[in-house]
Amino acid sequence: MDDQNRLLLSGDEAIALAAWQAGVALGAGYPGTPSTEILEHFSRLGGRAQWSPNEKVALEVAIGAAFGGARAMATMKHVGLNVASDPLFTVAYTGVTGALVIVSADDPGMHSSQNEQDNRRYAVAAGVPMLEPSDSQEAYDFLFAAIEISERWKIPVLLRATTRVCHSYTVVRPRAGRDTPAAANFVRDLKARVMVPGNARPAHRRLRRKLSEMAEWNESCALNRLLPGDKSLGIIASGISFMHAREAAPEASVLKLGFTHPLPMRQIAQFAAGVQRCVVIEEGDPYLLEAIRAAGIPVTGKPEMYRFGELDVPRVRRILRGDTSAEAAAPAGKPPQLCEACPYRIVFDALHRHNCIVAGDIGCYTLGVLRPFEAIDSCVCMGASVGVGLGLRHVLPPDQACRVVSIIGDSTFIHSGISGLVEMAYNPPPNGHVVIILDNGTTAMTGHQEHPGTGRNLKHEPTGKVVLEDMARACGIPRVQVIEPRAGSDAFENALVEALKSRQLSVIIARRPCILVARELKEYEQRCNCHEVAEPCPAAV
Amino acid sequence: MNNAAIAMKSQNLARPPCNIVVAGLGGQGVLAATDIIAEVALRAGFDVKKSEIKGMSQRGGSVTCDVRFGAQIFSPMVPAGEADFLLALEAAELEPNRPLLRSGGVTIGPSAIDADKLPQKKTLNVALLGALSAYLPMAQQQWLDSIGLAFAPRFLEANRQAFLLGRASHNNSVHATPAA
Repeated sequence: MDDQNRLLLSGDEAIALAAWQAGVALGAGYPGTPSTEILEHFSRLGGRAQWSPNEKVALEVAIGAAFGGARAMATMKHVGLNVASDPLFTVAYTGVTGALVIVSADDPGMHSSQNEQDNRRYAVAAGVPMLEPSDSQEAYDFLFAAIEISERWKIPVLLRATTRVCHSYTVVRPRAGRDTPAAANFVRDLKARVMVPGNARPAHRRLRRKLSEMAEWNESCALNRLLPGDKSLGIIASGISFMHAREAAPEASVLKLGFTHPLPMRQIAQFAAGVQRCVVIEEGDPYLLEAIRAAGIPVTGKPEMYRFGELDVPRVRRILRGDTSAEAAAPAGKPPQLCEACPYRIVFDALHRHNCIVAGDIGCYTLGVLRPFEAIDSCVCMGASVGVGLGLRHVLPPDQACRVVSIIGDSTFIHSGISGLVEMAYNPPPNGHVVIILDNGTTAMTGHQEHPGTGRNLKHEPTGKVVLEDMARACGIPRVQVIEPRAGSDAFENALVEALKSRQLSVIIARRPCILVARELKEYEQRCNCHEVAEPCPAAV
Repeated sequence: MNNAAIAMKSQNLARPPCNIVVAGLGGQGVLAATDIIAEVALRAGFDVKKSEIKGMSQRGGSVTCDVRFGAQIFSPMVPAGEADFLLALEAAELEPNRPLLRSGGVTIGPSAIDADKLPQKKTLNVALLGALSAYLPMAQQQWLDSIGLAFAPRFLEANRQAFLLGRASHNNSVHATPAA
């Protein structure tokens, strides 16, 4: 064994390393557990990586790079692909000139998410090819494969991973060297790239032809593996479920699918016919099961109770023996909470004491729902706080409406709260509204990434800065205040009370750095002020 | 591959992997401790998988991290009831996680270490690794090498001492046998 060439990498790091070696010219994304480390690692390796304001913009930037003939990658968590789904469905029609890989990191079991949607459905809905790695080696290998498929069929490829692939560390034997892809170069192709109806109609037919070609190619594709075993039990599995299944039933015959859309149905039929009992082991939705059954192949799946949460070895054993008895509860641990010295505690304390109806959003501050505050009344998706708060204001009786506030973090506001603010200015509720932006100068929940409001890029270097209060004023919001929430100070509470009383449209920015990175943020700022850098600071030039 | 790994492989090829669960609260060094175990096992030539959960749980909540090593590892998660070792950085995390242990599995909690002898309070995680190391087939030097990679030079000596303190606390009472 060559010990020198074994790396212990997370799935995210493996994707990043492969992207670097494959010559990916640009990686764009928005932070989201469990996808965040891909771009961070890609950047550390020397790749050009950037945080976009949201996943839709990230994918559009990557599409542009791929239209220009480059190899491009967009990364996001599963719910991020909802935001990016608009470009996804149409870039499937346009195709690309270079290569485009879209990494979707799903979170079955919702370790750090608001839902456990199964993004394999997107591959079917949008009509794009999909690869599902089961460990870091495959995450690494499949990134290269995704680029090959993308370039061969001129189509975006969905690389779909899950938490236990992204955040598990497994051994990777990397390839040597780096690819040198063709230089980016614009070639005009109006019919392919401009999706007016006259071009989109043939583009849709072209997409379906590509999919049927890929399905044929997939029948003998090395990304799927047949592991011969006992003929009494055959297992069809993909992604992390394959690993659990292999351990739960080491004797079984296994068809391990890596290229999971479009599916190699002849190979699946042949496998199912060769075993006495054929079971599909998959986490989340019965995506494989439904597709295989719809093709008339007799297979069984899992009882409905296993749709919820992650699979693991004991659950796969239960599925295989048809056990639907109640499962033991997971160890009851200490729940997370807002940090002891979190500046937002003052905010939630005030909201609680004034009995506010709080439309909340996505971030650490969602923990304001916990005791003692219990000061979040809704949490739907990124940016929803503003729109939901406005909707409540529009319909509730005045005594309730006047207590409604929206609360949103700085990064989330940039992501998709801005359009909510535009809505507020355009369709103001009769008694006004109060939006509180919790500006701690970082994307805290996902591990402290930069965003356009910090004025620093992914590498913490200075760049253009979106000033939140200026943006609010530019939208025409009459009351815009910036308050520093400090222990012992009632400045925030006073501002809140006055804003609620005013019945005007109001934005209160509660600005204080996240205590977990306050020191780092100060260092970045100093660097930005050119005190510690030898090279001229771009912001000062 | 070193001798310990070869010996373990030849004996244990058909045996299950060594399963370790590290439990604690966000910020206590659960991930760092698990990283070191995984690194030692990797350098000893084993197949290794480590699974961790990041994100919201890190805000002071309970954190557990799984590491498995052996001839060939499939699932990265230690199946409930199959952990050979439960390492708890917080005493209160021992009982809730006890169902993860197999029968005869070993628990190592903060009480295994004389806290007064720790060079720094924050080195408890590495001291517990010292206690764990006495049960595992990898050599002391391999642990120290991996600890050397894990910490900045200014924290290294304290962690080295903590590791040796933990290892000594168990060396007298335990025969170093690979878990099965």
